[in-house]
This record gives sequence, C-alpha cells and structure tokens, in this order.
Amino acid sequence: MAAERGTAAEALVGQVVLPGDLLLLPAHYDEDAEGERLRLSAGAAPQGRLLCGPGLRRSGAGLLVTKCGLLRHRPAGGGAYWVDSQQKRYVPVKGDHVIGIVTVKAGDVFRLDVGGSEPASLSYLAFEGATKRNRPNVQVGDLIYGQFVVANKDMEPEMVCIDSSGKSSGMGIIGQDGFLFKVSLGLIRKLLAPKCEIIQELSQLYPFELVLGMNGRIWVKAKTVQQTLIIVNILEACEYMTAEQRKQALAKLSGN
Amino acid sequence: GVMERSREQLLRQTCEAVVLGVLHPRTAISLVLQVLSDAGSLLSCCLNAACVALLDAGLPLAALFCGVTCALQPDGSILLDPTARQEQEARAVLTFAIASSERKVLMANTKGSCSVEEMQQCLAAAQRAADTIFQFYRNSVRRRYSKS
Repeated sequence: MAAERGTAAEALVGQVVLPGDLLLLPAHYDEDAEGERLRLSAGAAPQGRLLCGPGLRRSGAGLLVTKCGLLRHRPAGGGAYWVDSQQKRYVPVKGDHVIGIVTVKAGDVFRLDVGGSEPASLSYLAFEGATKRNRPNVQVGDLIYGQFVVANKDMEPEMVCIDSSGKSSGMGIIGQDGFLFKVSLGLIRKLLAPKCEIIQELSQLYPFELVLGMNGRIWVKAKTVQQTLIIVNILEACEYMTAEQRKQALAKLSGN
Repeated sequence: GVMERSREQLLRQTCEAVVLGVLHPRTAISLVLQVLSDAGSLLSCCLNAACVALLDAGLPLAALFCGVTCALQPDGSILLDPTARQEQEARAVLTFAIASSERKVLMANTKGSCSVEEMQQCLAAAQRAADTIFQFYRNSVRRRYSKS
C-alpha cells in the first residue's frame, strides 16, 4: 500500500490537492532551519525563505496540505505556496477588511458580529476624529466596515475603523438603506481581484455603491429598491454562472 | 437510542483524530448527519459523508478518512459493502475507518465473532477498497473546482 508519499510541489501547482497530500520542496529551501515562519499574507520575504500560506502546514521536509483546493504558487521573493479553497465560514485574519454588525454596545466598546466563532470588539475611539467628547454615533444593528488589528486563534478579534496613519480611508459606519447579503469567500476574492469583469459589467448596467467584506458579506445600494435587488441577484448567481451566461443575463436586463 | 449513541461516539473519535483542532481552540465543531435511507453499511456511509462534509466546510484536516464495511459470510468469504440482508446473514460484520496517510486504521468496529486471521484479511481488503473511495473523493473535488 505505497501511497503517494510526497510529490514535488512544482508539479502540482494549479491542480487540485486534498488534505493529507505531502508536497516536497526543492532541497535548497531546507537550509534555513531556524525561523521557519508561517505567514498568511505576502510580505517582503528575504531570498530563500518560503512562505507557507493558507491550507498548508510545515511537516518535516515538506508541506502538508490541510484543505482541499487548487495549489497556487508565487515565485517572487523566495516563493510562496498556498491552497485556493472555497468555503463559506470565515475565520478572522489580521489585516482583513470586513463588514460587521453591531450587536452590543457595552460602555466604551462595541461588539460586532463578523461571522466568525467569536464577536469582534471595536473601541469607540477607533474612528477617525473620535475623542472622548466626540463619540461616533453607532447604534445596535448598524453596519461597520473595518479591519482587524488583532486576529488570532487564542484571542478575541479586535477591529478598528482607522488605518495606521489615523485616517479612515473608506472605513467606518455604512450608511442607511442598501442591502446586506452573504456569499462564499471564494466569490469575494474573485470580485476583489483587480479589473474584475463582473464589477465592470455591472457598473455599465446601473450606478451603485458596493462594499465587499472579506467575511463573505456584501452591501449594495442603488438608486431604487428594484435596481438594488437586481444587482444582489446577479452577484449571488455569479458564483455558478459562466462568463457567457452572465453576459446573456446582463444583456437581457439592460435591454428591458 | 444506544445504537445511535455508539455510532456518534465512533464518528466523533474518528473525526477528532483527523481534524486539526489546535487551529480552533475554544470552538465547538458540530457535525449533523441525517439518515435519508439505510440500505446496509450505515456506519461506513456515515464516515464517508462526514469526511466529505468536513472537506466541503473547509476545516483543516491532517488526512482524509473513509469507511469500509466487510461482511464475513458463514462459508468464510469476504463481502465488501454488504446490503442489509447480507449483513444479517453474515457471521460477522466489520467496519473500518481508514486514513489516507499510509492507509492507517483509525477505527475498527466488529459485530459478531471472527478469528484474528479473518480480521486481518478483512482489513487488507478494506485497505484496498479505500483506494477506490479516495480516488472518488479526488474526482469529486476536481469536478467542483473545475467549474470556477
């Protein structure tokens, strides 16, 4: 019962990998035995340091796959491998921009539901221009677009609505009206890719405002309720439609 | 009843051996299985369904697992994936949960009596059958990711 014990990582790039598969790395990566870092995002990696992204874990001389999906590789700066998997459940990651719903207002801290296993906390001072006298007007049930400043498996996640220089850069309370719905994380990543065709095609249909949260939540607002619902239906269906089907659906709508 | 409880315990122990719980501390992972129709080999069907569900949900797993049921007939021959009728007529019914990493055995459940040699033979047959099941998982996942 000689199972495939380790195939070269380069051979499997772009193919489906399953948990339990062992990927063997070229020999020269094993030289740095100290400081094997597992990082989830692209950083400036020094030469020869391999980044082990989501879905992979270091195991002996190779990488063990822990999630099913397509194996991706980026050769820049030492190289990075990760598994592109589709899932609906969000796990908070530091630096991710997400849409949260305020559930509790407890004194100086708001608790937000971000779709993870724990509610995230947001201090009232973490808004642009907020001071102890000038509090932001946040009510229970409001939508907030912010980013995680603390998000690991051991602690409660914490969010802020300002970036490192103190500016809000698009984050904060999301305005009135509009429609919030949930999609899978893979669709969000597809929509956030630069020059996404879906967004370009939709923008030619009606003008609308769109906020994409990495936790699978999308907020849409168009001029009328009907237009908003049409955009919501197209975005939800996009996941399962091919490009031609989408173009046909949009052509039918713009013809009406 | 007691049978369902015992099945729950077996499934839970198998899943706990594969799911990387260290990545999700202080979190409960609940797996709900609904039996739509039972035509025999129920425990191994539950095991296969549980593995595919964990895979689909995106939980980090150390390996895949599958369930194979063997029925030992009175004349000593081994029957894989028995129907309910074959299970009743068999001398012993053995269910194994086999992991994808080097075909290790995660769980073994026996109903009835058999000798040690017969159990070893059933185990070998189950490990061979596990290859087919893992290939099926791979094909299904490939089909799913080919659409995006």
